Amino acid sequence: MTALISGTALHHAYGPTPALRGVDIEIGAGEVVAVTGPSGCGKSTLLHCLAGILKVDAGEVRYRDQDIALWSEAARSRLRRTDFGMLFQFGQLVPELTAGENVALPLLLGGAPRKQARATAASWLERFGVAELADKLPGTLSGGQQQRVAVARAMVTEPQVLFADEPTGALDALAGERVLTAIVGVARERGMAVVLVTHDSQIAAYADREVALRDGVVDASGLGLRMSA
Amino acid sequence: MSTSHVLLGLLAHGPRHGYDLKRAHDDRLPQAKPLAFGQVYATLGRLERDGLVEQSGQEREGGPDRTSYALTDTGRERLDEWLAAVEPPAPYVTSTLFAKVVVGLLAAGVEAASGYLVAQRAAHSTRLRELTAIKTDAQATVGDVIAADYAITHLDADLRWMQTTLQRVSELNREVNP
Repeated sequence: MTALISGTALHHAYGPTPALRGVDIEIGAGEVVAVTGPSGCGKSTLLHCLAGILKVDAGEVRYRDQDIALWSEAARSRLRRTDFGMLFQFGQLVPELTAGENVALPLLLGGAPRKQARATAASWLERFGVAELADKLPGTLSGGQQQRVAVARAMVTEPQVLFADEPTGALDALAGERVLTAIVGVARERGMAVVLVTHDSQIAAYADREVALRDGVVDASGLGLRMSA
Repeated sequence: MSTSHVLLGLLAHGPRHGYDLKRAHDDRLPQAKPLAFGQVYATLGRLERDGLVEQSGQEREGGPDRTSYALTDTGRERLDEWLAAVEPPAPYVTSTLFAKVVVGLLAAGVEAASGYLVAQRAAHSTRLRELTAIKTDAQATVGDVIAADYAITHLDADLRWMQTTLQRVSELNREVNP
């Protein structure tokens, strides 16, 4: 497998506190990979480093064979707009915009004509079963509905990689199931890679494979044990 | 599991013959061990002897005669009693997984038991992925999803228990052998 995105010997510290202490990870095109581990293990930091939101202290982040860790913030930010989708625990929709406007926003920021952006947004809302909510403000939607709108917004630019950090952490089991099924369905259909950060084994089971972290390093045992190579 | 009570339940909506009952059982409880024909007929025989079902007709569809069975009033009462009786929640803590971990820790020590736990965790994770694929398949029936959910929840509980046990035992070990 050739990796679409990979991290090699990644290090990152918050001041004196190390979060990543030499993590290696590879994700192929169309692959859904769960990054798991207890809280504080470095999984969110890893996601932020791979997505180019955080700069690594040492190590390489390669996307399509380029070391994006060396890029400027502006270049990484552009890459996030064109090639990456982001999804967090709480949808983080813009409260003043309707669901439809929220989903169209990334396209408008990318320079798409308004009419086309609205039509594309509508088709993604429909794909996730929330078409009828297009004209509603986020504050009037349930958690599950908000998160499906957020998924539509993350998908609207048809990213090559979706970074999802505990995307169902705030939802009940059935609402979470709908969001995950939608994400994995699109990944399978379009060959989108997904990095799914979760502490929950049931969520991790939606992925093709799992990379467990503990104390900032990959935990091959998944149980926090040192494994002989 | 009580096959006789499940068969009584499957007869609650009207008479069925043995073949039909086997099919209904495997459809409704899709991830259970499929019922053998022999077991269906043997169970029906016992239920008939005890007056819980009765023969309600013969059917012939090009093949051999098929006897249909219907629930009797006593059968209906027995079914209602079974459904109303609360299952004792985990009266004994028994499972091979549980026994293996405890015996492993006693007999072989933390290191050796850990090796087993790692392998078991990998097997559990693989099965979790299989069941998740079954339940998210577009063709999955409600029965498939309910059965997969049941197994997924229990496997997840096993995983958490393994994790906690390992932590607990490692801590105890550090206290005893600092």
